Amino acid sequence: MAAQTTEPLQTPKGSRFGDRLIAPVLLAPSVIALLIFVYGFIGTTVWISLSNWRSASPDWSLADPLFSVYDRLFNTPRFQTDLRNTIIFTVLFLVVAVGAGLLFALLLDQKFPGSVLFRNIFLFPYALSFIVTGVAWRWIFNPETGINILFDTLGINWLLAQIGLGPFQPRWLTNPEVAGDLRTVIPGLDGLFTQLGVPLAMLPVVIAAAWQLSGFAMAMYLAGLSTISGDIREAAQLDGASGWQIYRQIIIPLLKPVTISTMIILGHVSLKIFDLIFAMSGSGPGFATDVPGIFIIEQTFRANRYDLGAAAAIVMLMLVALIIVPYLIRSMRDL
Amino acid sequence: MTGKPGARKDIEAHTVASQRTKEFQMATNRRTLLKGAAALAALPVGLRASQAAAQSTPEATPVGTPMGTPVGTPAAPLVVGTPEASLEVFSWWTSGGEAAGLEQIFAAFSAGSPSVSIVNAAVAGGAGSNAQAALQTRLTGGQAPDSWQSHLGRELQSRYVDPGYCQPLTDLFAEQGWNEAFPQGVLDQLSVGGVPYVVPVGNHRGNVLFYNRALMESNGITVGETMSIDEFFAAADVLQAAGIPAIALGGRDTFASVQLFENTLLGTLGADAYNALWNDPSMWSSDGVTAAIEAFARMLGYLNPDQAALTWDGAADLVGQGTAGFTSMGDWAYGDFVSKGTEANVGWVTHPGSAGTFVAVIDGFTLPVGAPNPVNAANWLRTAGSVAAQTAFAPFKGCIPARTDVDASGFNEYLQWSAADFGTAVSVPSIAHGTAVTPQVQQAISDATVQFLVSPDVETYRVTIQQAAEDDAAS
Repeated sequence: MAAQTTEPLQTPKGSRFGDRLIAPVLLAPSVIALLIFVYGFIGTTVWISLSNWRSASPDWSLADPLFSVYDRLFNTPRFQTDLRNTIIFTVLFLVVAVGAGLLFALLLDQKFPGSVLFRNIFLFPYALSFIVTGVAWRWIFNPETGINILFDTLGINWLLAQIGLGPFQPRWLTNPEVAGDLRTVIPGLDGLFTQLGVPLAMLPVVIAAAWQLSGFAMAMYLAGLSTISGDIREAAQLDGASGWQIYRQIIIPLLKPVTISTMIILGHVSLKIFDLIFAMSGSGPGFATDVPGIFIIEQTFRANRYDLGAAAAIVMLMLVALIIVPYLIRSMRDL
Repeated sequence: MTGKPGARKDIEAHTVASQRTKEFQMATNRRTLLKGAAALAALPVGLRASQAAAQSTPEATPVGTPMGTPVGTPAAPLVVGTPEASLEVFSWWTSGGEAAGLEQIFAAFSAGSPSVSIVNAAVAGGAGSNAQAALQTRLTGGQAPDSWQSHLGRELQSRYVDPGYCQPLTDLFAEQGWNEAFPQGVLDQLSVGGVPYVVPVGNHRGNVLFYNRALMESNGITVGETMSIDEFFAAADVLQAAGIPAIALGGRDTFASVQLFENTLLGTLGADAYNALWNDPSMWSSDGVTAAIEAFARMLGYLNPDQAALTWDGAADLVGQGTAGFTSMGDWAYGDFVSKGTEANVGWVTHPGSAGTFVAVIDGFTLPVGAPNPVNAANWLRTAGSVAAQTAFAPFKGCIPARTDVDASGFNEYLQWSAADFGTAVSVPSIAHGTAVTPQVQQAISDATVQFLVSPDVETYRVTIQQAAEDDAAS
């Protein structure tokens, strides 16, 4: 029936041209808006990052030497700390969120009774605002309240201290310590002002972020799992593969594209993270949880260092582009 | 403070005032407003004056002093010229007491210019930083309000005066006799190159050391009229020996740490050497500065263990509740004690070593270049600077008037102490509140202080600050 009705509706040759024209015309406004409000403003920010704008009133003259602002930026101890924090946060967060997402997805894939309920429970935090998550987890990880009351009452914190695992008491949020230092391992990094280790205060933030977004990773994996046909599993079972082998050798490799997409989507979220950290720990003790976003706001709107703020924003853009652009190129090739 | 007949009268007065100014857009805590209303026996008087003004033509009726009887002020007119239709005032006073205080000044203004509808363009949040960002956008876009709130000192200069957004107020100051009404330390802060640019309204003191009375008593510590740095450390040692954190700090607020540092700097250096830092960056290399930083570092050994998790008010609460001995904070902390009902538990003294000085954190209002309603804007400033409006505003905001010729007898015990001291002490600016240094240097000191709290290296701290001050002076 469908074939019968579409035939008379076939477009006459004359208006085909109109059809081809209508798409660009409809797209034009948004393209123009994008050109101005995205690329135009990126360009403006690049210019400001190369300028002498260091007060409340704009100064568009270019700095001499041209890249002096970037030079200053990378020699600012706080910004070095921010870059370290961003990278540490992103790595830890991706490992935890994607790992937990995969685990939940594989478990829920068993289709046990109530699995739908669990799926929704895991996905629900994704609907919350980062601000809500940040405030709630700040209370949970407060060194004197929240989970520490529980741990103190149950004697878990006491036990941890007794067996020499004091640092594993969940009082990290206000702990300025940084575990490890890559500067002592890799030569040539000794010029850095900041200790290249894992800031303990970052751990609660990673947990909060993973709590919120592992449900998203799980949903991605569940969608991926549903596309793997049952025939493949059956064939593997017939060949005598154990359950573990099926996952290890077949299912997980087949999920690789999902893993890459999830990593990229979550990766750019975590590189740009601001609201969660701002609500949860702020800059943290000794900038242990400071990120470029907070640095940009403070430099630009509090210190009136528009040049430095813009340069930091461009560095952040570059970091995100480093992840996004290869992904875009790859998906273009797939088209 | 609340007398029933007075409050009753004021409810009526307030209702009329609200009708008159239809465009009040503030989230006012009306209960607070009414509760404290008897302090404004003034308002009904102002109302009568405004009714008189409403009957005749506004421009022909200069209303002298609408509220109360000023102490020794020349009766300069508060309304000059023909008012325009509206007045837009920009501030970050949006919460409880401060919003109510602002409404007092609005009421005083309306009393003199009843036909003018007031647009309250207050922006909430971030202790003014959100408002400053919003204002910056408006000023850059040429959309100035008729007047905006500004701190004094370097913030005023670098944000507003240097870019050319503000009009000089020399004539207004002469006309209103303000050069005599405000003390020299304040005049210095509100002027750029000797020219006044802002009318100060409320005055908070930054160098106050609050302490828990019961804790001092039970540990045999006597706090006198003043306290030296040595006396302070002696007391701190006693408290520490008793297992009590001597100093409560809200390290989650960077400004609180900076404030502890600047108060200690002032207490060690004295007013003259402290003020010398702002004009000559090389002074940061003096021995006095090193001694001050060492004292600051020593204080960090007496902190509450959860300082990194607390904000300034959480730290103040430790003192109010008796879990910590002292906290060095601006006197807005007193308002916090009052709101938590612990004000009877605390005593106060100037920060160790800083007796005879007054870290003045003053808010004021400006006159923009190209104000949409210049006549109203000038009249607004005349009102805001008047004894009556300042006396009405201060108790709500929990501060004292910026003038020294006011009658403070209606204020609470703390504010009376502060007002009496303000009349005799040397007023000095603040780093933590942006009046002593430019925003760039302020940010650099904040960042260095965050670092110092974690790794207190005296020399690194001193050099970082000096470097920032020198960079700034060079640019």
